[in-house]
Amino acid sequence: MRKVFEKIYLGIILIFMYAPIVTLIILSFNSSKSRAKWGGFTLKWYTRLFSDQAVASALVNTLSIAVLATIFSTIIGTITCIAMIGLNSKLRSVIMGITNIPMINADIVTGISLMLLFRFLHIGSGFTTILLAHITFNIPFVMLSVMPRVKSLNFYVYEAALDLGATPLYAFRKTMLPDIMPGVVSGALMAFTMSLDDFIITYFTKGSGFETLSTLIYNEVKRGIQPEIYALSAIIFVVVLSLLMIIYRSPNNKTKEK
Amino acid sequence: MGKSLITLEHISKSYDGQLILDDLNLDIHENSFVTLLGPSGCGKTTTLRIIGGFEKPDQGRVVFDGQDITSLAPNKRQLNTVFQKYALFTHMSIEENIAFGLKIKNKPDSYIKDKIRYALKLVNLEGFEKRMPDSLSGGQQQRIAIARAIVNEPKVLLLDEPLGALDLKMRQDMQYELKRLKEELGITFIYVTHDQEEALTMSDHIVVMNQGYIQQEGSPETIYNEPENAFVADFIGDSNIIRATMVRDELVDILGTKFACVDKGFGENKPVDVVIRPEDVELVAPSEGTISGVVTDLTFKGVHYEMDVEACGYEWLVHSTRLSEVGTKVGIKVDPFNIQIMNVPVSEDEEAISETI
Repeated sequence: MRKVFEKIYLGIILIFMYAPIVTLIILSFNSSKSRAKWGGFTLKWYTRLFSDQAVASALVNTLSIAVLATIFSTIIGTITCIAMIGLNSKLRSVIMGITNIPMINADIVTGISLMLLFRFLHIGSGFTTILLAHITFNIPFVMLSVMPRVKSLNFYVYEAALDLGATPLYAFRKTMLPDIMPGVVSGALMAFTMSLDDFIITYFTKGSGFETLSTLIYNEVKRGIQPEIYALSAIIFVVVLSLLMIIYRSPNNKTKEK
Repeated sequence: MGKSLITLEHISKSYDGQLILDDLNLDIHENSFVTLLGPSGCGKTTTLRIIGGFEKPDQGRVVFDGQDITSLAPNKRQLNTVFQKYALFTHMSIEENIAFGLKIKNKPDSYIKDKIRYALKLVNLEGFEKRMPDSLSGGQQQRIAIARAIVNEPKVLLLDEPLGALDLKMRQDMQYELKRLKEELGITFIYVTHDQEEALTMSDHIVVMNQGYIQQEGSPETIYNEPENAFVADFIGDSNIIRATMVRDELVDILGTKFACVDKGFGENKPVDVVIRPEDVELVAPSEGTISGVVTDLTFKGVHYEMDVEACGYEWLVHSTRLSEVGTKVGIKVDPFNIQIMNVPVSEDEEAISETI
């Protein structure tokens, strides 16, 4: 009896959580423009979406920003973690705390403050400002993922490599890097995902005339919602979902579960 | 013993204001098995890391084969280290682990292959080339770590408590292995441990350290039989350490009774410390002993019995293969040769040492 209730309860929770998304995905295949009526299955919104010039350029913008932001934030975050090996544990936890604050901070606050900063520094808005903003908010996610790996490094292995004649850089490449790599990869995937699906910070730092997918959708919705947007949203959801699943299944998370 | 290979001159080192090594001087001879022995925090590992190049001394010089190597990076030094926690490269096979140093030196493939086979044979792990470190036991991993170090033909092998993580049986086996390896390779071993038995079994030369100072150095026999101070006597095995008075040469007053001894030159009526090893205390009939007492405690230790004997207000620790039940009246006799006389600590440094006992 109890088991049955547990299952029903779980079912209700899942319906609450996923009903909106499922509705959106179903509607993206609806041939009728009406939101209330099912007019039969179609892929025309998807084909129309892919022939849309504005969507194509927004997609290119989104992907190039996500890729570049991922590369830069992963490198910066990883180097920072490694540099923190030398610190004592008290100072290290203080620094980790400080770097974690932007993650908890409301996106709108981060967005507005970055916008103000860029204005103040006279950095032209558009691609550069969004990229800088994304690198900024991605670094803590990378560090969060890399730091546990760095902490569990056996430093003697690095010294053993030096002892056998390796230069510090070669020793790092051969001993530390393979050990922290799973953390780096999952941090990079996390950064990529965050960058792909960010709206608020992008909106405040983009300026005018430059669109990413999320800002494009927002603008379209203001003008009255088109079924192409359902299709676009469905695609974004599926991409982000698959990335999250890859992150969850990466070796970094597997060892944490042990 | 050969000529001096490594010389540490006036080495001092401190961490966060805490002095770890204080004006340390040490000569290590070619082709010897030297053990740095002491409790944790005595500076033995720091000394080893300074020799290996992983730490720089605040003061002093490290001279290797006539050359000052104090500031030389570890990868440029002609010595190799076996670390406490194996420190194998876990994502590489055994073969790749052993080849690591040789590949850096750009040795030809055939040479590397021969070396790997030779090294694995030396540590009794033939046929392990393709295995991964994770699939090996602790003892096997440590042998691979040794193999990885010796293929580089170092002049000196540094070993930092390499047997610390192994169980007792494995540790004893490895002690003989290491001794054999040392003989076969004919190089200098510098070994760090806190285990006095390990030190006595393997070394040619023991350096007993405490609180950043060398307390005594010498052969295992000298360290055991003629400890220079109470710390060394206490650290190297069990002992009875008793405050006594040197009446004159070859006569010492222990707990109000005069014992004949063989030491001279301490002066007349001078306070001294006396060390008597538990196995050197003979239990005889009460009438035959120099002093007499009562057995208060008895423990079976396998090879021998351990007994506490209350006599003249001191609890004597006695090791004997002959059993005396608790409550038995016994006499105590000590051969003059087995009474070791030591100076009572006078300087502050030595005072600090006796406080830690």
